[in-house]
This record gives sequence, C-alpha cells and structure tokens, in this order.
Amino acid sequence: MNITFALFLIVVAITLGITAWAARRTRTTLQFWAAGRSITGWQNGLAIAGDYMSAASFLGIAGLIAFNGYDGFMYSVGWLVAYLTVLFLIAEPMRNTGKYTMADVLSYRLSPVPVRSAAAISTVAVSASYMMAQMIGAGSLIKVLLPDLDKNLKPYFSWAVFGTQLDPSITLVGALMMIYVIVGGMVATTWVQIVKAVLLMAGAILLSLMVLLYFNFNVLAFFDKIYSVKDAATKLPFTSPGILYPYGKTTVWGVDKALVENVSLGMALILGTAGLPHILMRFFTVTNAKAARTSVAWAMGLIGSFYIMTTFLGFGAAALIGKANICAKVTEGFKCAPGLKPNTNLSMPRLADFLGTHFFGSTGGEFLLAFITAVAFATILAVVAGLTLAAASAFSHDFYVNVVRTHLFHGHVSEREQVNVARITAALVGLLSIWLAAKTGATANVAALVAGVAFVIAASANLPAILFTLFWKRFNTWGAVASLVGGTVVTIWLVAVGPGWTLPAVAHPAFPLQNVGIIAIPVGFALAIIGTLIGDLFKADRLAEVKFHEIDVRAQTGVGAEVSPVAV
Amino acid sequence: METGGSLPRQASPPGQAAGDQVHWEGLEETPEFKELVRARWRFVAPATVFFLAYYFALPLSNGIFPSVMRTEVIGHINLAYLFALSQFIVAWLLAFFYIRQATRVFDPLADKVRQRASRGRQP
Repeated sequence: MNITFALFLIVVAITLGITAWAARRTRTTLQFWAAGRSITGWQNGLAIAGDYMSAASFLGIAGLIAFNGYDGFMYSVGWLVAYLTVLFLIAEPMRNTGKYTMADVLSYRLSPVPVRSAAAISTVAVSASYMMAQMIGAGSLIKVLLPDLDKNLKPYFSWAVFGTQLDPSITLVGALMMIYVIVGGMVATTWVQIVKAVLLMAGAILLSLMVLLYFNFNVLAFFDKIYSVKDAATKLPFTSPGILYPYGKTTVWGVDKALVENVSLGMALILGTAGLPHILMRFFTVTNAKAARTSVAWAMGLIGSFYIMTTFLGFGAAALIGKANICAKVTEGFKCAPGLKPNTNLSMPRLADFLGTHFFGSTGGEFLLAFITAVAFATILAVVAGLTLAAASAFSHDFYVNVVRTHLFHGHVSEREQVNVARITAALVGLLSIWLAAKTGATANVAALVAGVAFVIAASANLPAILFTLFWKRFNTWGAVASLVGGTVVTIWLVAVGPGWTLPAVAHPAFPLQNVGIIAIPVGFALAIIGTLIGDLFKADRLAEVKFHEIDVRAQTGVGAEVSPVAV
Repeated sequence: METGGSLPRQASPPGQAAGDQVHWEGLEETPEFKELVRARWRFVAPATVFFLAYYFALPLSNGIFPSVMRTEVIGHINLAYLFALSQFIVAWLLAFFYIRQATRVFDPLADKVRQRASRGRQP
C-alpha cells in the first residue's frame, strides 16, 4: 500500500468517525428527516453549502477550466447566481409550508396520490443522475490512488450489464459507498455536511494560496501565464471565451450554436438549484422563515467564495500542469503515463500533487495529494448520503407510505418497514447510478454531467410544480403531474438522443445540443400550464383553488408553520 | 426512532396535520396581508427581472460581441472575466438588499398578520 493511499484512508476514517458520532445523536424520526427543526441559520448555511458542493464543484469545475479555460468559469457563476432564485422565491415559503419533503408542499393543495407519485419519479431521476456524476468522481479518485486497481480487478470484474462494461474502480467504490450509506442509516445529518463543507473550503483555500504563492501573489503574472496557454483547435488563449463551445462555427435554428449552448447551460444552472430535492429538504430543518433566509445568505457567502477560488484552482491547473498531463498516473516531471488518456475530473488532485512537490518535495506532493483526494472523497460521500436521503424519502415517505400503503392498501406502516423500503430504494438508486456512470465513462466531466442532466430535470420538472403551487391560484393536480413527469421524460429523452458527454463525440446526434435546458425547461413550464388548463376543463380538481388561499397565507406569513420542538 | 406524534409515518397531508390550530380563513382579505404581499412583490419582481437580465447578459455578450469581451483591461485580465466576476458581487449585493428589506419591512408585516391570526383564535 502506498503512502498516499494510507494517508487518504486515515483522513476518510476521521470523517466517517464524525459521521458515526453524529448518527448516534439522531434518535427520532423528526431528527432523522428534519434534524429536529432546531438548526440555526449559519449552521444550516454551512450544511446547504456542504450538500450543494459536490464532486461537480470540487473536481468538475476545476477540470472544465483546466481543459477549456474561461468557459468552465460559467459554471461557477451560474451556480452562485442560482441562489437568488432560491432566496427570492423558494426558501421562506418552503419553510413556512413544508414538512419533510418537496412533495409535502405540493400535496398541500393538490391531490396527494398522483402528486406524490409523480414527485417520487422526478426526485429519483434527479438523485440518480446527480449520483451518477458522484460515482464517476469517486471512481476517478480511486484510479489516482490505486493506479493498478483496474488492471488487477479486471479478471474478476469483466461484467457487462445491459451491454455496458462495468468500470471496476467505479463499481467497487460506488458499491462500498452505497453499503456505507445504507448500513450507516443514511446519515446525511446537518453535522456531516457542516464538517465536510469546512474541509472543502479548507482544501480550496490551501490550494488557491499555493497557486498564488507560486506566482508570488502577482495576479497579473498569473493571468500572463494563463494567457500563454493556447487552445489547440481554436488558437484562443485560455483567458478567452469560446473554447468549450467555439463561436461562429455552426448554427442551430439560425443562431450561433455556441451561444445557444451557453444560454441553455445558464438556464439549467440558475433555475435548477431551486428544484433540487436534497437542497429543498435543508429548508425544513431550520426554526423559521427568517432562519431559512439567513441560511441562504451564509450559503451564498461560502459557495460564492469557493467558486471565485475556482479561478486559481482551474486556471492554476491549466497554467502549471496543462490538460495533456492531467491523468490517473503521471511519470517523473508530471507527464501523463504512457497509454493513459487525460481525465478532466483529476485536475484538483494533480494540482495538489504538483504544488506539494514544488514546495515540499515528493513527500509533500504525496501528502497534499492524499489530503485533497480525501477531501474530495468526503465531499462525494456526504453528497451521496444527502442524495440517497432525498431519493429514499421521496420513495418511502412520499410514495410507499403515503400512496401505496395509506391510499391503496389501508394499513399501519411500521417504522421498520418504512426504513427497509428506504434502504431498498437507496440500493436500487445506487445500482442505477453505478451503471449510468459506467455507461458514461470515467473521463466525462462531472460538472457538465450534473448541470446537463440533474439540474435540467430539477428546473423543468420540479421548479414549475413548486412555483405554481406557491404562487398560481388556478394551478391544479393535472398541471403538477404534467410538469413533474413530462419535464423528467423530455429531459432524459433529449439528453439520450443528444451528443452527450462521452468521448468520442457523436457525429450527427438527433438533438444538436449538449445542454437541453433551453428546450426542456420551457416545455416543463408549458406542460404545467397546459395540464392545468385541461384539468380546469374537466373541473377535476376544485380543491386546489380553494386550498390556494390557505397556502398563500401560510407561505407569506408563516401562520401555522411547523415550529421547532426546542422552541415550543 | 420510537417517538410518536408528528412523524412522517402518518399519511395526513401537512395542511390537515396542523390545520386544527390554524386560523387562516379571511386573513387573505386583511389590509395587513395585502400590504405584505404587495411589499414583497414590489421588491422581488424587479429584483428577479434584474438578476436574470444581468446574468444572461454575460453569455449573450460573450457570444454576440466576442472581440469586445476579449478586450484586456488590466494585464491579460479581460472584460469577459471581469463581467463574470461582477456577477458574484451583484448576487451578494442583491441578497444583502433582500435580507435588509425582509428584516425591516416584510417581517414586521408578517408579524402583524400572525397577531391577527392568533386574535382570531380567541374572539
């Protein structure tokens, strides 16, 4: 066992120890789902940051910038601005009306059986696609720590599932993570997210300072160096927009395709966050609407600071290492080992290795690499736990308990039965995401994947349902089901027939864009409106309008909101 | 996990779970509530339009005026990067103004509505 891997295991073990300690503090179901509604604003802000910043932020954005320069920074911008949507429209009304899950808010005024079933579908779709990217991130990290693992596991691991060859590293680490999350009781408690957010910020600050130190804190010299890195295809310097999606090459619908891709990406980034079930769940853990608001402010401060640092992390990797040399195994002089392809998700670990070696020699490189991979792994584990909790609660609490058992087969559901259903859901979502990860491949960028699938489903399926439930008097069950199911299906279909992120790129895809938001999100909103109008024709859901007055009052004022048991 | 009470185990929709203690009927027609909704939208609607416009101005200007956006301002730091960086500042400022407005204006109004709600409970 090499020293880096040993150090990695130690840091991960400490994180898991804290998780186990936090788990013991979680006794009641209320604490389990909603942390007893006693979390303060700043604690919840840290937890939102922890839940939000996944492998996509920590590994993915740095990789996009390291490989494509400026265009990768668009992800950083969008993912912060997204919180204004959350702050202005979602956070406080959700806290005032919600209980445990997104579907609780919807079923306030809409018919619970169809709405909870539809919300379970979109939640599982968002969680599985989000988790797919986390599996790819974790698998990539293992490939750095144990470069020979894939080769050694090959004889035991050459399974193909539905025609997709499983990736040994991704499957192994994915399965271990799922076992941990399921056996450990799906602990995505606030404290785990807080610990992880602190670690992640510490890692980012440390590496950013080292990049700046390398340039003697001369930002202009740093930008000179970035400018000297040129893209091979477009001949543009890395400081310039237009490398990821080159401008002026091809058109779609009569408009520059690069422009459409960037606007489409922007739509997914800023509208998707407000529809992410595992982020929305965070607002049910705070004491009141004011705390929900404060927690968004804290989260925005942390998340924004981190995303500004991706300037140093991503451009730093581009300037100091170069994208051709970012792969799982490097030789002396930080060159890619022969026969390996560059992996965009490894920019952060490679940067850590380079900077550690530059300042403290090869042992320093190993230490820093171990620390950064461990932070990345803790990040992934915490996010996987959060996503699992969201998917499992949508399925077991919303669908199984409230639909199947209560409305279809009347009966009492024991606590044990509910937890077992949650565990089985978690296992199935885990297996699905491992399979999707293998199908996509370990070198696909995790930030592009999350923004391209999970965020689009969240924006096209969940966001219209939430916004219209809170603010549109005529909205009814038909509209909600149409957007929840329709938005999910349209997004998955467009991504499936589009070019995707797997290399080599598909030559003539049936849908021209990687980022499908520009079509899928308006379709989701349109389906919500059309569904509502059709429902109106049949006078199918009269309760929805009557109940609107109640949700309106509650959402705006917090009258009758579930209060903190501590405060009571 | 043995506590009873308000567990997610039971199927009652949240509206009914807490509904027996809540007096919301008629609140919608009160001047306090109308004032609260008006005050909130007076801030949120223009702020939302503004941040959406400011945000989409970035990819649009990168795509429509690429040479302008590649203009270098300080050293090799170009307009495109500074515009991107300004998005962070604008987002933080808007959040700050929203929270200030909420604390000064929305919260006292919501308190008034809630007071009326509790008065309604004991006529």
